[in-house]
Amino acid sequence: MKKSPFKMTKVALENLFRRPATVPYPLERKPMYPATRGHIAIDKDKCILCLICDKRCPTGAIKVDRIGKTWAIDRLSCIQCNYCVEVCPKKCLWMENLYATPTQEKLAFVVPIPYTPPTPKPKAAATPPPQRRQPPHQARRPDNAKGSAIRNRD
Amino acid sequence: MANRTIIPFGPQHPVLPEPIHIDLVIEDEQVVEAIPSFGFIHRGLEKLAEKRDFTEFTFIAERICGICSYIHGMGYCQAIEAVMGLQIPERATYLRTMWSELSRIHSHMMWMGLLADAFGFENLFMACWRLREGVLDVIEETSGGRVIFGAAKVGGVRRDVSDEVLSRIPAQLKIVEDQLRDITNVFRDDYSTRQRLCGVGTLSEQDAYDLGAVGPVLRGSGAKLDTRMEGYAAYDKLDVEPIVETAGDCWARTMVRIREVYQSFDLLRQVIPMIPAGPVDMKVTGAPKGEYAARLEQPRGEVIYYVKGNGGKQLDRFRVRTPTFANIPPLLKMLQGCQLADVPVIVLTIDPCISCAER
Repeated sequence: MKKSPFKMTKVALENLFRRPATVPYPLERKPMYPATRGHIAIDKDKCILCLICDKRCPTGAIKVDRIGKTWAIDRLSCIQCNYCVEVCPKKCLWMENLYATPTQEKLAFVVPIPYTPPTPKPKAAATPPPQRRQPPHQARRPDNAKGSAIRNRD
Repeated sequence: MANRTIIPFGPQHPVLPEPIHIDLVIEDEQVVEAIPSFGFIHRGLEKLAEKRDFTEFTFIAERICGICSYIHGMGYCQAIEAVMGLQIPERATYLRTMWSELSRIHSHMMWMGLLADAFGFENLFMACWRLREGVLDVIEETSGGRVIFGAAKVGGVRRDVSDEVLSRIPAQLKIVEDQLRDITNVFRDDYSTRQRLCGVGTLSEQDAYDLGAVGPVLRGSGAKLDTRMEGYAAYDKLDVEPIVETAGDCWARTMVRIREVYQSFDLLRQVIPMIPAGPVDMKVTGAPKGEYAARLEQPRGEVIYYVKGNGGKQLDRFRVRTPTFANIPPLLKMLQGCQLADVPVIVLTIDPCISCAER
């Protein structure tokens, strides 16, 4: 094709008389796709404070406090990689498709978790506390094999 | 003989989003030598691989570059899978191929805009970027991210794409492709575009080969080399023919990229109906022991991933040779003898990604 100084004219004129390609943002919002990775959300009733999301988060954005019983996320550090959602054993985390709202604080999103973690078992040398509840599998221990005791723990 | 002067180009320059410094030795208006200096944005990513779990390093590998992010993550995963001897599910290989080609289209369209911006064609720049949004929408709908796909994973891909979404993609891309024809005609036939690109920064085929050029720089000089022909992922089942131009100047490199965009549209039309049903990932147990170098074709050229594992969760050594790193010596050769005003355009035609090169 011959080189011409008017090749852009068609595109430029179309551009001039077309509606804007962008949406007028505050009045109209572009719908999000279901797959869009926006921000992490949590179902606080299902969380068992297992700390797996805290340990696996590649950027260390998730902070779980077992003593204070809180689950917190730094939205500014989170890279929406979805890794915490994949590793959560209780499936209490999921990815929302809306972007996180702007914030001025780093750890602005702190969720109190109602779950009470079990008290850790005392070591063999220490004397057990007197009112300690017997786990059910220990009561059945003499009748059952070791494997079934492990299965019955839950 | 005219006096020699040294003009510093960069690290801050309007055509460069990222910092590279080149000392241009000029005589009158002609560049006689170019001396680069690096190290403004070194990030130490290769050392970081020795401190992170090898599966988690995928996230970092994806972030080596913001534009060819998916192929970085995929290259790393491919290298790890080869070391561990994993045979990933077939559906995952096809999805990887699809995302690679989508990433090539969006990278080339972005580059076309940047090139137009470099020679002062703002209208063309905006037209390219407006069309690129259509491709980004497809990427977001399938992977969940706009430029960081977050879909690479050792042992497959991180998310599946439903058949309903897959069936919509060809129609969505057809709209972009039809509108793109008008834009690429401008690159090909417009008077001012040709004035700025034809005969500028010529690199012969022998020089390109000897200096280790990769990707469109190499193919723009006439060498018929494309790593996709090696047949990684699902490329062995597709009809991939390297796009070659022989002129070796800026215009030839532009044409290679433009034709590659259409080739990618064609490959996507081929690959999407071929995607088989099945799982998209597999359980990965154990740790890599051994070494492997994976080669892939990125939008900018061939990338090499080298991993060496010792059987532990952390890698012993990780190395990535990015295409921009390989294209710097040819760039210095191209700059010799060019006019000072053409330097920004020539630098742009290697599609420089300095953060990639410094890792």
